[in-house]
Amino acid sequence: MSNAPALKDWPLWEVFVRSKQGLEHKHCGSLHASDSAHALQMARDVYTRRQEGVSIWVVPSHLIAASDPGEKDQLFEPASDKIYRHPTFYEIPDEVGHM
Amino acid sequence: MYTQSFSVPDDEGKTARPTAASRPASEREAALQAQFDARIDADGRIEPRDWMPEAYRKTLVRQISQHAHSEIVGMLPEGNWISRAPSLKRKAILIAKVQDEGGHGLYLYSAAETLGTSREDMLEALHSGRAKYSSIFNYPALNWADMGVIGWLVDGAAIMNQIPLCRCSYGPYARAMVRVCKEESFHQRQGYEALLVMMKGTQAQRDMVQDAVNRWWWKCLAMFGPPDADSPHSAQGMRWGIKRISNDELRQKFVDATVPQAQVLGVTLPDPDLKWNEARGHYDYGAIDWDEFWQTVNGHGPMNKERLATRVKAHDDGAWVREAALAHADKQQQRARKAA
Repeated sequence: MSNAPALKDWPLWEVFVRSKQGLEHKHCGSLHASDSAHALQMARDVYTRRQEGVSIWVVPSHLIAASDPGEKDQLFEPASDKIYRHPTFYEIPDEVGHM
Repeated sequence: MYTQSFSVPDDEGKTARPTAASRPASEREAALQAQFDARIDADGRIEPRDWMPEAYRKTLVRQISQHAHSEIVGMLPEGNWISRAPSLKRKAILIAKVQDEGGHGLYLYSAAETLGTSREDMLEALHSGRAKYSSIFNYPALNWADMGVIGWLVDGAAIMNQIPLCRCSYGPYARAMVRVCKEESFHQRQGYEALLVMMKGTQAQRDMVQDAVNRWWWKCLAMFGPPDADSPHSAQGMRWGIKRISNDELRQKFVDATVPQAQVLGVTLPDPDLKWNEARGHYDYGAIDWDEFWQTVNGHGPMNKERLATRVKAHDDGAWVREAALAHADKQQQRARKAA
């Protein structure tokens, strides 16, 4: 689709912003832009007008692979009966103190 | 910044018909519908790739795109005043505000696109006159006092409408609204402050403020949409967690919040029936002219034609920019491929 001459719309990009040095980039929305440099410029104007970020990532939306919400149970349910993965599963005598 | 708290059908016709829930076609669909209902009942959120009833999707596309169109058309009345702002400070503020409106439109178009509609389709609907936008922009902004009053009252009414939308059941819409609401407070405060400055000026300036308040007050009350009794759409919206607070309730909140602000400013609100009702604990207010409102919604307001024409012209005049950006991106790509 990217080389089709009939492309009238700028392609869609997902925008991720790092709000502060030391924090992760977080998804904040999407926008249309002609290429990655353009997308970065647009993201700056659309999503960081009030110093909301110190760094921006843009990713072509069609390149994101996502899990299927219909398979949510198969994917995530198995974790729910593995409570031994949590520290609170283990009883430790009080006199041990914080562990 | 702006939405009217109801979404009107985009085609002709003034009464919003309640959407009939589509009959589940199969057992599988019935199960999905049950899952969806349960999530809504539990005040959960729906995300783009989740199953949703067609009517829910359609309602959201209509409401979010109308909301986006309102932001975009909302740039026009104020954009007109950028070159005529009374000082460099006011000019910078107004530019920032108009840019915010453009940004709000873009957040919202993106949110609508997650439902499977395209930017192109939405713009086409706006430019052909098929899609609605908030009718408040179909009134003229006559002088500088209007800039203050639009910020104070129009944005004030919009904030009342938009805050509950931050809890909308559709995730991308709710998230866009959180972003929008963070920026709205600036819009209202700059307008109110501009009016405070005028009220400390000459008698002629004070008269301008009062005149602008008189012209905008009733239009702002109408922004909340028809009375609850006449908005059958609302019940469905409430059921789906798209709408959280009824039109009349929001309108009342707006009136109650605005009366003391008007007193501090030193203006009167043009309603002889406006008075505190001890028993209700709210202000009573007079009857809204709904015929005039529907006239404007249906395309016969004083500025409908001019706003749409300006918007279409801006889009057409910008065509070369869109094409040039694509051509540039193409060239860059080819160059990179050659270099590789």
